[in-house]
Amino acid sequence: MSIVVYINSNNGLAKSALEAVTYGNKLDGDVIAVTCGSADESVLSSLGDYGASKVLVDRSVNSNDSMQIANVLKTAVEATGAKTIIFSHDLIAKAVAPRLSVMLKAGLVSGAIDVPNGDTVQVNVFSGKAFGNVKISTDLKIISLLPNSFQPESGGSACPVEEFNGNAGEAKIRVIDSKKPEGDVPLPEAELVVSAGRGLKGPENWDMIEDLAVTLGAATACSRPVADIGWRPHHEHVGQTGVAIRPNLYIAAGISGAIQHLAGVNGSKVIVVVNTDEEAPFFKAADYGVVGDAFEVIPRLNEAIKKFKAAN
Amino acid sequence: MKILVCISKSPDTTSKIAFTDGDSKFDENGVQYIVNPYDEWYALVRALEIKEANGGSVTIVTVGTATDDTVIRKALAIGADEAVRIDSEPTDAYFVAMQIAEYAKSNAFDMVLTGKETINYNGSQVGGMIAAGMDLPFISLASKLEVNGSTAKLETETIGGLEVVEVDLPAVISCAKGMAEQRIPNMRGIMAARTKPLNVVAPVPFESLTSFESYALPDIKSACKMIDPNNMDELVELLHQEAKVI
Ligand SMILES: Cc1cc2nc3c(=O)[nH]c(=O)nc-3n(C[C@H](O)[C@H](O)[C@H](O)COP(=O)(O)OP(=O)(O)OC[C@H]3O[C@@H](n4cnc5c(N)ncnc54)[C@H](O)[C@@H]3O)c2cc1C
Ligand SMILES: Nc1ncnc2c1ncn2[C@@H]1O[C@H](COP(=O)(O)O)[C@@H](O)[C@H]1O
Repeated sequence: MSIVVYINSNNGLAKSALEAVTYGNKLDGDVIAVTCGSADESVLSSLGDYGASKVLVDRSVNSNDSMQIANVLKTAVEATGAKTIIFSHDLIAKAVAPRLSVMLKAGLVSGAIDVPNGDTVQVNVFSGKAFGNVKISTDLKIISLLPNSFQPESGGSACPVEEFNGNAGEAKIRVIDSKKPEGDVPLPEAELVVSAGRGLKGPENWDMIEDLAVTLGAATACSRPVADIGWRPHHEHVGQTGVAIRPNLYIAAGISGAIQHLAGVNGSKVIVVVNTDEEAPFFKAADYGVVGDAFEVIPRLNEAIKKFKAAN
Repeated sequence: MKILVCISKSPDTTSKIAFTDGDSKFDENGVQYIVNPYDEWYALVRALEIKEANGGSVTIVTVGTATDDTVIRKALAIGADEAVRIDSEPTDAYFVAMQIAEYAKSNAFDMVLTGKETINYNGSQVGGMIAAGMDLPFISLASKLEVNGSTAKLETETIGGLEVVEVDLPAVISCAKGMAEQRIPNMRGIMAARTKPLNVVAPVPFESLTSFESYALPDIKSACKMIDPNNMDELVELLHQEAKVI
């Protein structure tokens, strides 16, 4: 049986794309990656390393129009007889997967964090505060995988790339302008994140956070009030009403750890909290805690990491 | 401009999350429900601003039971003209979306707005499904929305970046942060909400495609290891040797 994995290849292959192919490979079936746009054949064929047996690419679609992408996927599912369709639960999946679900009458599970157990799939619910097991009642199943839940596993070899006509239809959404990603690593994909909150007193004090992030190769994030008062850009705001992230390491300085903040970061594998107040709620969710002044601790941590990197 | 805003309820963000009936049901004991923040702060408020500038009407729709009427009245207090409740348990996103799509199709709305996601199930599914059910374009996660005659101009998030797009109406739009500022309902709004129409309509038969079978809470984190603020070398060593994250 075939499994169709949708890949967004517009900005090269993101780690989440490799995760989705790896995930497909853990299920029982022949993994066929489907993508749109103009990515190089050599880039696409590297999906074979992660378990794809071939890549179908529809070069007629050059936007993120969810109608067009859903049409291409529907055609691919019909052509391959796939019963399972996998997405990485990113911004594109959030528009395309629901549409495809209705077009194919296929049950959709979004935010999956594990491989299916029979017909049920485990997901994150209540903003990461609990898990749910969702049963899909239909034969055709769509699973949208939460990024950073599985590590990409390579070991295969390059696979063939085939041009594919997915009957995309016309784009209904006209793109007028686009701004490229800011920063090197988009926050939802970052493995290491350094974050700070109101405890830093003002935007002029963020240099030490950025310095630490550079040393680690980490992305930067912040609490909501800090984004609301304009100390930091909105796209850095993590939490219940901001971005939800699951990095390997989350370092939080001068953030109290309100429940709405935790909702966006409690999927992190390891949490380090720096706070002057030993009663700060964040310590309850942390793996490592430092009771101290961020203005002293963060530069000290930066030096210690530099020393460690030089020695290793 | 006739705008339909989809309103869902969610537990107050500070609610204790617990389960009953052999972990198969969310424990509603002592839980306060609020209007899902994305629906209220962004979708509803932006719809009201557009109506205030261009005229027209704002209808809110909820798929839910009579227990949701208090939350619906709260949304009316913020300024919607009328409410529709499709009288059924919201069993899954597909069921909810098909109900709303059927209702919207027979009422000729120029725009259907949803929130980015519900904060309980975080599915981000209903908006895209409504669009599919109505065969309309869907603009997902818009942070700005301007209407100009029969076209809408939007700013949307892309992976790590931003896109400015245009679409002919009618269309379905999911609303994220940046779209509008939160409005606090005033006394007049709350009084007016009591007498605004809340029409209860019967659901159309549709099957659900998915169901929540059971829930679980995460393991309690083992106690946090405290590190001397003067000894960051120790922290780095632990992150390397024990946690293996650097
Ligand atoms: C519906 C709703 C949704 C929300 N969504 C979000 C969300 O998505 N994300 C989010 O972050 N918040 C969210 N909030 C807000 C949240 O409840 C908190 O108010 C917010 O997270 C607090 O931000 P903070 O920790 O930066 O600031 P504060 O609560 O002011 O905490 C500052 C912390 O810094 C410490 N500190 C002070 N000086 C220093 C120093 N020199 N060194 C080290 N530590 C120091 C203090 O001890 C304190 O713990 C939401 C709230 C609501 C009601
Ligand atoms: N029961 C419901 N009734 C009306 N609208 C809903 C309902 N559930 C979800 N929605 C809308 O769909 C959006 C996305 O929900 P979800 O797909 O559950 O994340 C919400 O922000 C609401 O605007």
